[in-house]
Amino acid sequence: MIPGAFEYHSPATLEEAVALLADAGGSAKILAGGQSLIPAMRFRLALPETLVDINRLRDLDYLREEDGTLAIGGLTRESELESSAVVAGRYPLLADTARVIADPLVRNLATVGGNLAHADPANDHPATMLAYGAEIVAHGPAGRRVIAIDDFFTGLFETALAADEILTEIRIPAPGPGAGGAYLKLERKVGDYAISAVAVQLTLDGDTVATARIGLTNVSAVPMRATGAEAALAGNRPTAEVLEAAGKAAAAECDPSADLRGSVEYKRDLTRVLTSRAIAKAVERAKGA
Amino acid sequence: MSRHTITVTVNGEQVSREVEARLLLVHFLREELSLTGTHIGCDTTSCGACTALLDGRAVKSCTVFAVQADGGTVETIEALAADGNLHPLQEGFWEKHGLQCGYCTPGMIMSAKHLLERNPSPSEEEIRWGISGNLCRCTGYNKIVEAIQYAAGKLAEADSSEEATS
Repeated sequence: MIPGAFEYHSPATLEEAVALLADAGGSAKILAGGQSLIPAMRFRLALPETLVDINRLRDLDYLREEDGTLAIGGLTRESELESSAVVAGRYPLLADTARVIADPLVRNLATVGGNLAHADPANDHPATMLAYGAEIVAHGPAGRRVIAIDDFFTGLFETALAADEILTEIRIPAPGPGAGGAYLKLERKVGDYAISAVAVQLTLDGDTVATARIGLTNVSAVPMRATGAEAALAGNRPTAEVLEAAGKAAAAECDPSADLRGSVEYKRDLTRVLTSRAIAKAVERAKGA
Repeated sequence: MSRHTITVTVNGEQVSREVEARLLLVHFLREELSLTGTHIGCDTTSCGACTALLDGRAVKSCTVFAVQADGGTVETIEALAADGNLHPLQEGFWEKHGLQCGYCTPGMIMSAKHLLERNPSPSEEEIRWGISGNLCRCTGYNKIVEAIQYAAGKLAEADSSEEATS
């Protein structure tokens, strides 16, 4: 299948890229990893008039922990998360997520920034970044601004980014003492989107869950936090009863659609089970931290 | 319609062509350069039959535009055999019956090549994980895993004999 024709630009600087997007006035798409965009263009679900290829902006390809933050560049590939010792050692929720996104060939090109900016509720990083309470850094004609992840996803495939803004960095707060996280996903086969998936990041204070953030994948039109499940957990000891209550809360507050991956009832029940299991895994890791 | 002149090093040889921006890398390889060893399977970023190495990384060449390879290097299955001798991966697929219809084989081998370059002695689990983006509908994968294990052994042997003679 052949994509529709488009104008192609591969700017060498961020300023040039932003200027190209501003000139295009909303008719351009940014090409990063291209692993969602190019398939959509082949099916002609996407017919952008202009592509602004940011792959020459090599300065945006980095992964570093600095001043209590893990900074991920806007062009950092998923495969770089998989091979990072820092991610494997200190960010288990992120490590869990990176290894179940699509397949290894896709992860060699796909970017973390693109996974978020595409804002597909079936993508995995939205839930993970919601659970981490990450920040998104964007550059536009007016310069740099920082967007809290809770304000980032505004609709189905829609974000707070303006048409002339580029996502340049993702900032994850470094987990402190007693922190643990986990991502659990059920997919029909490698490379498929989640039937449901749950991201949990929590901190323990002694035997009690002090803070918890939970994100859900592919069970709502917009990537969502399971705030009811978070409330069921916070301030409590993570007993079997509390985990079950949190799972039930997540099942009630999610809003899945029936499709070839399953019925609404099935997806809700799966979300219940995955939520309580992901919490249990995060607690176990927090105790080991 | 935007056309661009690109220069790419393909299997060690520099080539220049004027291409449409929307031309996919797999079509560039097959139709412009007649390198038909890289197969088109699903055309939907699912199967991995079109896997080639772009700047050393195994990618689905149906999901990259040829213009993106401008200034870069591409390696395809045609680069593997040297002077009439099969590459250890090709030999492994031959010796261990790693193929039946052969359609997925070039992609499998290019994925395995990338895998072995990063991890010369992978476990069976790591091999299965490494080729999980490549679909085979004939073999059930067991023979493919054995073929890659064979190649890993052969490459390790070649490395140690090089060390012994240097």
